[in-house]
Amino acid sequence: MAKIVIDGVTYDVNPDNNLLQECLSQGLDLPYFCWHPCMGSVGACRQCAVKQYRDADDKEGMLVMACMTPASEGSIISIEDEQAKSLRASVIESLMISHPHDCPVCEEGGECHLQDMTLMSGHNYRRYDKKKVTHNNQYLGPFINHEMNRCITCYRCVRYYDDYAGGTDLSAQASHHHVYFGRHEEGVLESEFSGNLVEVCPTGVFTDKAFSEHYTRKWDLQTAPSICTGCSVGCNITPGERYGTLRRVVNRYNSEVNGYFLCDRGRFGFEYVNNTDRLRDAVKQGGGSSEKLSTEQVATVIDEFKSASTIGFGSPRASNESNFALRCLVGEENFYAGYSDSEHEATQLIVQLAKDKAFNSPSIREIEKADAILILGEDVTNVAPRIALALRQSVRNKARELASASRIPQWQDAAVRELAQHERSPLSILSTYVSRLDDVASDKVIDTLPNLASMAFALANAISDKSPNSTSPADEYKGVIAKIAEQLQKAKRPLIIAGSTSGNLDLIKAAANIARGLNQQRSEPIDLCLLVPEVNSIGMGLLVNADNSLQAGLARLDGGSATRAIVLENDLFRRAPKTVVDNALTKAEKVLVLDQFSTATSDKADYLFPATAFSEHEATYINYEGRAQLSFQVHQCATGAMPSWRWFGEATDIESLINRCTNEAQGFDKLARLLPDKGSFIAGMKIPRQSHRYSGRTAMRANLSVHEPKQPQDDESVMSFSMEGISSQKDASLMASAWAPRWNSNQSISKFQDEVNGELKQAHPGSLLIERDIETSSYFEPSSNAESSENGLHVSLAYQIFGSDELSARSSSIQQRMTDPYIGLSPDDAEAKGFKHGDSVSLGATDSTAIVCIRTSIKPGSVVIYCGNSEINAAELPSQIEISLNEQAEVLRGIKGLIVSDLLEEEY
Amino acid sequence: MVNNPLTKNIDMTRPPMDIAAYEANDGYQSIKAIAKGLSSDDVLQQVKDSGLKGRGGAGFPTGLKWSFVPRGDDSPKQKYLVVNADEMEPGTFKDRLLMEGDPHLMIEGMIIAAYAIHASKAYIFLRGEYIVSQQVLTRAIAEAEERGYLGKNILNTGFDLDIVVHTSAGRYICGEETALLNALEGKRANPRAKPPFPQVSGLWGKPTIVNNVETICNLPGIITYGVDWYHGLTKGNDHGTKLFGVSGKVKTPGCWELPLGLPIRELLEDYAGGMQDGLELRAFLPGGGSTDFMLPQHLDVTLDYDEIAKVGSRLATGTMIVLDNKTCPVGMVGNLMRFFAHESCGFCTPCRDGLPWVDEIFNEFENGRGNEKDLQILHDHVTYLGPGRTFCALAPGATAPLGSGLKYFKEDFDRHIKEKCCPYKH
Amino acid sequence: MSNGDVKMSNDMIASTATRHRKLSAEEIAEIEHEMTLYPDKKAVGLEALKIVQKYQGWVSDESLLGISKYLGIPASDLEGVATFFNLVYREPVGKNVILFCDSVSCWIMGCEGIKKHIKDTLDINYGETTKDGDFTLIPVPCLGDCDRAPVMMVGPDLHRNLTPGAIDKIILDYSKSKSAE
Repeated sequence: MAKIVIDGVTYDVNPDNNLLQECLSQGLDLPYFCWHPCMGSVGACRQCAVKQYRDADDKEGMLVMACMTPASEGSIISIEDEQAKSLRASVIESLMISHPHDCPVCEEGGECHLQDMTLMSGHNYRRYDKKKVTHNNQYLGPFINHEMNRCITCYRCVRYYDDYAGGTDLSAQASHHHVYFGRHEEGVLESEFSGNLVEVCPTGVFTDKAFSEHYTRKWDLQTAPSICTGCSVGCNITPGERYGTLRRVVNRYNSEVNGYFLCDRGRFGFEYVNNTDRLRDAVKQGGGSSEKLSTEQVATVIDEFKSASTIGFGSPRASNESNFALRCLVGEENFYAGYSDSEHEATQLIVQLAKDKAFNSPSIREIEKADAILILGEDVTNVAPRIALALRQSVRNKARELASASRIPQWQDAAVRELAQHERSPLSILSTYVSRLDDVASDKVIDTLPNLASMAFALANAISDKSPNSTSPADEYKGVIAKIAEQLQKAKRPLIIAGSTSGNLDLIKAAANIARGLNQQRSEPIDLCLLVPEVNSIGMGLLVNADNSLQAGLARLDGGSATRAIVLENDLFRRAPKTVVDNALTKAEKVLVLDQFSTATSDKADYLFPATAFSEHEATYINYEGRAQLSFQVHQCATGAMPSWRWFGEATDIESLINRCTNEAQGFDKLARLLPDKGSFIAGMKIPRQSHRYSGRTAMRANLSVHEPKQPQDDESVMSFSMEGISSQKDASLMASAWAPRWNSNQSISKFQDEVNGELKQAHPGSLLIERDIETSSYFEPSSNAESSENGLHVSLAYQIFGSDELSARSSSIQQRMTDPYIGLSPDDAEAKGFKHGDSVSLGATDSTAIVCIRTSIKPGSVVIYCGNSEINAAELPSQIEISLNEQAEVLRGIKGLIVSDLLEEEY
Repeated sequence: MVNNPLTKNIDMTRPPMDIAAYEANDGYQSIKAIAKGLSSDDVLQQVKDSGLKGRGGAGFPTGLKWSFVPRGDDSPKQKYLVVNADEMEPGTFKDRLLMEGDPHLMIEGMIIAAYAIHASKAYIFLRGEYIVSQQVLTRAIAEAEERGYLGKNILNTGFDLDIVVHTSAGRYICGEETALLNALEGKRANPRAKPPFPQVSGLWGKPTIVNNVETICNLPGIITYGVDWYHGLTKGNDHGTKLFGVSGKVKTPGCWELPLGLPIRELLEDYAGGMQDGLELRAFLPGGGSTDFMLPQHLDVTLDYDEIAKVGSRLATGTMIVLDNKTCPVGMVGNLMRFFAHESCGFCTPCRDGLPWVDEIFNEFENGRGNEKDLQILHDHVTYLGPGRTFCALAPGATAPLGSGLKYFKEDFDRHIKEKCCPYKH
Repeated sequence: MSNGDVKMSNDMIASTATRHRKLSAEEIAEIEHEMTLYPDKKAVGLEALKIVQKYQGWVSDESLLGISKYLGIPASDLEGVATFFNLVYREPVGKNVILFCDSVSCWIMGCEGIKKHIKDTLDINYGETTKDGDFTLIPVPCLGDCDRAPVMMVGPDLHRNLTPGAIDKIILDYSKSKSAE
């Protein structure tokens, strides 16, 4: 801690930070543009000028940029100094000379950092009367609008997109006052994290295209703290609704999880909520017709299913509450997994490892601290994208270390990058195809899953000889194994990543062995990040018994020991072979399906109940770390859909259900901690979901009726569907959206952090549910790797951020980025089989087809299969497969939109 | 003794000396001294003792600059020397003369500098338009390599040095040493924040010294003839000789090597021959486009860094631009403003968005649309673009002629407004 | 949403992969030589732009993509650099590029009159190319020959002490050298 004086007041500050950051941490208003809380300083905009004095006797002082000046002990500065104020006023004046006065039609209007800073800096009259500079805009794909005339040249976009997120197709171009930020030519922004530009840009250059199409001012949106359901990371989001439709999703700061950034699946994948093909009514169906059920009839149906011969299938994309309520309805022994059997096995193993004291399940903030990383088999960018963005920060720890040694402050962003050049902390990736993180990887090994597993076991053995070795890996890997082992052992904070999506259990076991070996060499737990694919894979995994796999449940239906089935928010045809599901559901006497949409499974249902989507209910989910998070309802569902748990009649309100789950379900005893402490609310008032500026409430439905309808009551939640109430003054994680006086943009978040980049004041970053109570020193044995007798190419699965997730794939902007299923083949195999890039092929004995994609990184003898939005049933794929041309196959989207770095191209 | 060490070999009516002729005139003696055991610490000390100040414009002591390069065993092994040969300061024409007139002098200087800072690789960052310089330097480097003055294990000293001639793709901002480094790395030439200084983290993050051509050309003399000789050259407070130039409507514009400390009058009247017939001296910029105007009353000020600073300007590049009484001072300042506005890299706000506004206002004055409001805005920008407010020295450099021009030529600005035209055109 | 839209987005991704010009053997040889002079290929990227311009006269989109592919440097990075520097031409230029100094010393010495003379003779302004493709006129910052102002370059050659008469001769000479070919 250092003491500094700001305008005569002494503050305790962190001398490792710069003055701007510390001023903001102290809650002071100092305008800025180019600085960003997690991108450091470059000193470009000159907006944060302050006066600094040498000592108490110095009356002159000199102007400095707060962002470029360390908050060193004894610093004396003034924000209020007239010269500093005058410089800040001049800077904003010149930033604004070419800025259009199009605020009324700008998507940023009302939450624009530039607007806020313009006022804060005292610019209210434009003296500039010469010609403005104008620019052409570019088409940047389905997610982002480009309006360069609004640009104030703060360089944040390229610093975020290129430097922070590793993008390669956005750059600063031209010079002097013609500087332009765009692609080298029009085209889709390729980064999976492009959407953050919307929030990084301090004004309206990069705006949310989907939002623009049904635009609403920030203050007119009804919002609530929510959780993204796009993958297992559980990023915190703020969705906004108006007129009954969800308009957009923006980031909601959580110091431990997503920080300031989301992935594009999370930001743009919500649109399915508004789709017109959402299920609307509870129906009884059969014989090609469907009949709407009354409330009484629904109750009768549920009663029918309350029998010992009813089994339930949970869902990794449904909330804990709905899964738990189903389990209550059918009984724990009749509650079956709603994901594939291989995923069940993997998830059970992951849950077991989550209880092991040797390991730590790292949050994203912790992942960013790793200084040596090993990824085993997971395509992190496409499975848990936000973590891939975090890993790009982890590899920069080497740069931070070098900077420290040269006494360059960490916030000197450009200087730290210049010093480090291409030096990075080691990131080793063992995978079946080249990933989108390979540009920052130190070592990449591409091979078949069994070979990777064998190598991973050898690596564990190289770290600890107590860890069993496998059939010895290929000689060519011995060097790299020794190298990675050394890097992990030398690291201050090594990180091992594996998971269930690779489909290979041995990789998870080897990951555990590696981490255990490292753990035995040091005292602290080792970061072992085990990924699962869906928002609540872990939650459902905790609720389901180890023996209750999906196919075990289906077998009960097939065998007749169960006659009724309830399928919770799930399409079982994505999870098990078609014939198995078909037979089981056909044999079942009655099938009840609850879901947002009709699916192949719901087509087999006798009863089909509509379930609410993530923004329409309050719920908890458990992320890959075992972190339970509470997601509030944002808006009411306009149709007859209800949260699935409500259909079951097991509880009347969410709070009592969460309490019951806390008490009854093993492993959930900390769940109820997520519930807000109502005692802290002012005068017992609810927290409004609508801003105090929410407009048009009396008029918004006047075209239908001049009588203003009563605001809907929310009897269950601590939030109200109205402007009435008082925002939580204490718990910043309960904010409907971030706003502070003079700070209308997302930059207002610093007002709610205990310090810049710190925790939200008195907030709950989620509840880590899983107790680490197992102490063991035993290592996993590799599975017996019986020599395969099958023919054909070794199969592994590939994933795509846009397409692999079931619900987001129903969103129109996401669909514009999706491709057809493809098979990735090595050039050798493609040539041997006479396949050309783009050919359609049939996969073995299945009736699935895919498009050939020749990728140079793929190991000859293997094939990676991207199943699309389950157009290919992964559960039907054998471990080895024969592939043949199929000229009749229908091609919908093709694979042109595929962004991979190893497409076979003409060589020089 | 030699009293014109920078230009003693230069005769622009013939091609530059080849290496044999250069050697015959005391050339490469310093390298031989190094081969005989002169240590890099000795070289550093001599350059420090010489009092040589950087000739690129800023006037920072060269030896002191070098001493910030980490020298220990734990310092980065790779260090770089970069010669700033990106001469583009308006009105500056001295480095071209040195490179095209006597390339071996610069190469010898580079070997000395690289040896002193332990750099094994040196880049000459040359203006792309200086095509003859490139040809001359490339040929001379090949000759020096052949003689063993460059390459591996130079004259068995164990010291290696390669020199690469890099031609710039053209931007004034590359003259700023950190912007130059970015350009050399193939990046947009935005300047870098200092600290860290290039001596610690420069080219590709490695310790780097950037010196101007003329600075480098001072080194062979210092090492060959000694510090005492060097100290004997000057007639003023600063040491050594310097190239001084005069352009504008004088009788004999040109560039001459003169000792520091001569009165400006002597340069202007004796060397440049005074004003052309029928013209009077109105004002002059003493050291290129980024310096404050000086007036006839300043003619007796001596050509010293400090003396010129006392009257509010800078010696800078030492190449003087003369304004006569029949050329419009407003137009002259406007010309400079257009240059600076165009050459702004676009990184920091005041420079990027402030200079074009200034430029626009000068256009208005030029076209008879000047007004008091805009005049006030010009005054505002003198403060706004001044030192400490911008990221680098480009815009503060522009405020030098702007601020002093507004001060000294007030009546001309007023006449532009009143007469609604440029009074010098009618 | 129509399938047309689907195609639109995805085609735009693929656009960069299809249009590059394969660099010539001479260009590649020079680029490879530059690779030996710099420890980082990004530096060579800027050199490659200059090399390609030397052979092609200017840097077309196709050439830019060709360099991007050859060196593995993102096209947008190259564009950022190409558009920053004055001497990289991203539009076609004439056979002879006139770099016309209009900085302060040349201005004092009357370069505006010389420029007007060029403009009247060739009928081109800054940034324009004559109809016959012989000359392109581009302003250039101070050429460092202020004692012999006004000056300009035509191609690689520096011309000093310009007068309208000298301009006429220069233009004639360069036009002739073309017809002589």
